[in-house]
Amino acid sequence: MIEVRNLVKKYGDHLAVDHLDFKIEAGRIYGFLGPNGAGKSTTMNIMTGYLGATEGEVLIDGHDILREPEEAKRHIGYLPEQPPLYMDMTVREYLEFAAELKGLRKKQRSGEIEEVEKLVKIKDVEHRLIKNLSKGYRQRVGLAQAVLGFPEIIILDEPSVGLDPKQIIEIRELIRKLAKNHTVILSSHILAEVREVCDYIMIISKGKLVASDTPENLERMLGQNNIVEIETKTSPAEVRRILKNVPGIEMIETQPEENGIIKGSIREKKGEDIRESVFRAFASAGIPLLTLKVSGTSLEDVFMELTQRDALPSAFAKNTGWKELIPEEDEAVGTAEDGHAPDDPAEKAEKTDTEDIAETGEEADRDAGDI
Amino acid sequence: MLAIYKRELRSCFQSMTGPVFVAFLIAFTGIYFMAYNMMSGYPYFSYTLSGSLIVFIVGIPLITMRSFSEERRNKTDQMLLTAPISLPKVVLGKYLAMVTVIAIPNVIFCIFPLIIKSQGTAYLTVDYISIGVFFLLGCVYAAIGMFLSSLTESQIIAFISTFGLLLVLYLWDGILSMLPGSAMSGLVGVLILITVAAFYVWHMTENLVLSGGIEIVGAAVSIAVYVIRSEVYENLLSNLLGRLALANVFTGITSNNIVDVTGIALYLSIIAVFVFLTVQAIQKRRWS
Repeated sequence: MIEVRNLVKKYGDHLAVDHLDFKIEAGRIYGFLGPNGAGKSTTMNIMTGYLGATEGEVLIDGHDILREPEEAKRHIGYLPEQPPLYMDMTVREYLEFAAELKGLRKKQRSGEIEEVEKLVKIKDVEHRLIKNLSKGYRQRVGLAQAVLGFPEIIILDEPSVGLDPKQIIEIRELIRKLAKNHTVILSSHILAEVREVCDYIMIISKGKLVASDTPENLERMLGQNNIVEIETKTSPAEVRRILKNVPGIEMIETQPEENGIIKGSIREKKGEDIRESVFRAFASAGIPLLTLKVSGTSLEDVFMELTQRDALPSAFAKNTGWKELIPEEDEAVGTAEDGHAPDDPAEKAEKTDTEDIAETGEEADRDAGDI
Repeated sequence: MLAIYKRELRSCFQSMTGPVFVAFLIAFTGIYFMAYNMMSGYPYFSYTLSGSLIVFIVGIPLITMRSFSEERRNKTDQMLLTAPISLPKVVLGKYLAMVTVIAIPNVIFCIFPLIIKSQGTAYLTVDYISIGVFFLLGCVYAAIGMFLSSLTESQIIAFISTFGLLLVLYLWDGILSMLPGSAMSGLVGVLILITVAAFYVWHMTENLVLSGGIEIVGAAVSIAVYVIRSEVYENLLSNLLGRLALANVFTGITSNNIVDVTGIALYLSIIAVFVFLTVQAIQKRRWS
């Protein structure tokens, strides 16, 4: 359906897209995931023919976007990051313009416009000027423009940015509805969204495709061993002393909380279940456990892992299945959690840490808005 | 192309620019018409038109300034460039819409010679040709304005640069008379022109070999010509650059009743060049 081969985009010396290679099959929802500035929008702009690539090619249904632009663009509906709306037109006028621009036949136009208006629920605002619409409605009008003519591929760049929670849910439903007959590609820096909507995730970092798989597989790739989280009322040293003799523990991290509570995360060795022995250990020491629960590796960890580090975990090196590489993967995870890779200069480790914090904060904000 | 043409025309009349341009031009011409033709009884409408030329210089940038800069600022160019339509068609659609706006007052001008005729002798051929050339000159200015608009994101910059350039072209004859006429200065002028051309090629292609080649070959040829026949360079600059006084073709009709056909060909080719340059400027932005 879409084939992207060795795509490179340079802005001066800055490498925005770094040798991207992927294929997109018909009938699925694909998610581009990556932090801001990872090259998602640039990639989408190149795929839709808005920008030219420095190297590489994009084939849409076998048509090169540069050599046969008109034929290739006919298969694509595109909603850019900022919806391309003419503020001085009414919704209806705008959609009629879009339909004509896309070369829809005159007889089909009004029927298709009606259909799309109903689909994205903008029928009741069709005679209002776009400049008087709220952000959510503008986004829908932009979406209507992309869907108009029902092209085979619909590319949406951050479709839910700036929408309220209800609208986000509506737009997700709409995307799922569209996916029944179309291939949908969307980009986002919100994990929850991508995980919920997409069948297939491509994680992009610094212009490189660092991972591409289904959400479940991605979670499995990193997360073979669980983390047990505990909360207790004692000192960190005491926690370590109590747990010293419990078998099956790989690593312990502690963190003091308010009211003298210590939060600890214990990483299990693979295949072990340490919950019971942890409980007994604390019980025999006479120290109350306030919380004891298992938290698996989430997609969020995968995302952080992949986008925050300079080097890729080896499991994600191209053309390798995750199964053979799990042992090495464990090491990689361990060092990342420690924050000090043995060979890394202290400087580098520090830098990664601060980035981690900044990014976590932002993600948390986004997710909060999401809920 | 038709879609873009229609949208552009509609937006021009929904915003104030279109009506203001038309009203301003007709009002101004009406005043001149009143003064020259009605009060003084001069039978040529063409002479009146030459007075309206200055309104063109203010009015045309008003129409052209939004054409591409606004699309770029609002990112609506993403819609045009990702639609299944080729870029030259987008540019042409917009250009033709502007041409249509310019044509409206010119169509209305066609009534004026008839008013003169109803009062006595009129020179309809000269008058209608001058209206035609006036319109064509407007199209040339619009092409220049559109090109400048495609280079920037700001309407204001597009307006001021177009206005400045058109004003310089308007005053070109006066500026030209200050140029030296010796062969040596002619050579220097040609070398400067070649350098500017080479720099432009370099800027567009970033190909040092090509632009350097143009510069070296051009300089070598012009110096060689200078050594062999230096008299070629005498007054060359004012002859060469004198062509840039675009309005001369028009004023030739209005003041001397002489129609310069090569001048009309010049107008048409300048239009073609600037439409082409606009396409290239937009293409270049996609690749940089």
